Amino acid sequence: MTINQIQDVIIDEFETLAEDRESTIFYIMDLGQKIPQIEEKDRIDRNLIKGCQSKVWLTSEVKDGKVTFHADSNTDITKGLISLLIRIFNGQDPDNIVDADLYFIDRIGMNQMIGSQRSNGFGSMIKQMKLFALTLGSLETKESN
Amino acid sequence: MSNLISDTEVNIDKIREQFPALDQDVNGYPLAYFDNAATTQKPSSVISSLTNYYQNDNANIHRGIHTLAERATADFESTRIAIQEFINAPEQEEIIFTKGTSEGINLVASSLGRSILSQGDDVIISGMEHHSNIVPWQLICDEKGANLKIIPVTDDGELDLDSFEQLLTRQTKIVSVVLASNALGTINPVETIIKLSHDAGAYVLLDGAQAMAHLVVDVRKLNCDFLAFSAHKMFGPTGVGVLFGKRKILEMMPPYQGGGEMIKEVSFSGTTYADLPYKFEAGTPNIADVIAFKKAIGFIQEIGRQNIYKYENELLKKATRSLKTISGIKIFADIGEKVPVISFTMEGMHPFDIGMLLDSKGIAVRTGHHCTQPLMARFGIEGTIRASFSIYNTQEEIERLIVALEVIQSRT
Repeated sequence: MTINQIQDVIIDEFETLAEDRESTIFYIMDLGQKIPQIEEKDRIDRNLIKGCQSKVWLTSEVKDGKVTFHADSNTDITKGLISLLIRIFNGQDPDNIVDADLYFIDRIGMNQMIGSQRSNGFGSMIKQMKLFALTLGSLETKESN
Repeated sequence: MSNLISDTEVNIDKIREQFPALDQDVNGYPLAYFDNAATTQKPSSVISSLTNYYQNDNANIHRGIHTLAERATADFESTRIAIQEFINAPEQEEIIFTKGTSEGINLVASSLGRSILSQGDDVIISGMEHHSNIVPWQLICDEKGANLKIIPVTDDGELDLDSFEQLLTRQTKIVSVVLASNALGTINPVETIIKLSHDAGAYVLLDGAQAMAHLVVDVRKLNCDFLAFSAHKMFGPTGVGVLFGKRKILEMMPPYQGGGEMIKEVSFSGTTYADLPYKFEAGTPNIADVIAFKKAIGFIQEIGRQNIYKYENELLKKATRSLKTISGIKIFADIGEKVPVISFTMEGMHPFDIGMLLDSKGIAVRTGHHCTQPLMARFGIEGTIRASFSIYNTQEEIERLIVALEVIQSRT
């Protein structure tokens, strides 16, 4: 699926949730349980994302031109939030990640849901993922040349 | 007779009516505000005093000869007298208005510290200080080559007084400790600390930020040299604080900041400084908020601090008892007499997540390190969930907190 197709599925899923803030938070926390665990050796300070109030470790790799992110956090809500980004970005071309317009954030009312501090942290996650994609994309280009 | 209290029983409905901000829904639930150690809500008397000042009396104080300036000056100075009485200070000139507790501590660290500290001297603080009672001392100790020594905190969240006695020597020049801990609620044995410090020849500053809304703090009885506190943690406006200092020490100290108000005469060949308290009040002060602060003092006095403590202590005991029934909860400083602060963690859940889930139920708590990172490190944690109560909180609100935590716990 394309980035936008996955975003549309996520928007649909959130629409079916009850209008209850607590249930939505629990739902996000549950999503975090489903992402693949980051390897213990990668839970190091060098892989921490700057600008997040909670700890978020992020690594990335590219294989056959497709990007894979691994992430973890010390808080379940943050882990759930990053799992949404992983679901959207994993398996995509680096260029598509860099150019992605993440409209699902507004559509599911993310900023109101998580508050300004966590929104800033979420912004830092996206920025870091796009930076990784940019780097991986340029490495791929060099290698193929 | 006040309608906020009858005999020694608080009239909770009447008290809550005084606080317009409490009467609202948050995320579909009535607000239960348990973040009072960060800042309290404000009674209508404080809010209307602010409005009234700007609508009727707005003028710069001191030196004005017109009616509005006279009125504003009289109201401003009457807050000073109210505070003098509130803490039983010998003289009104010993009450200095600041921006808050942090500025009061910075003033003493900078002015007194610069005058009396020398290479090799000691300043003692405790392991449960707020960053604002750590960093100013680190700065001045670095500048003067003095040592900053720390009173250890026990596993129960209390100060280790035996260690304190060992730290205290003739080299100790200043002891600066918190009266009641913002992160734990512990009420420290400051009378003993002051006595021991004075015997060793050291000055004592008390950080009273968390104590003033809950405890009777009598500076004459305590015999402390300085007491710093903030209005906004005791129902007053933000941006106002008080530094009490004994006259003879304040007179010896050089000014902290220069500007208007604090001078007697200025010329390019030299400046003479104003008398106390103005020597330490450079620039136009926060007039409106100082005036409104008097109403906050009046609110506390109307109920009485003994009555406030008794009521809040019942809330604290109920919360403590109930929290202990939830598995995986660990309470820090689970000791008898505290200001109404309960700091805890839940196994398997990060405090941030719990704070957000509680907010979804209209319950406001604080999560994190509470500006006491060394204390969190002492307990080997990143942070806690802190519920801090005030006179307007109810037993029903605490029951809601417990139910919400039980639901969260069942999901871990």
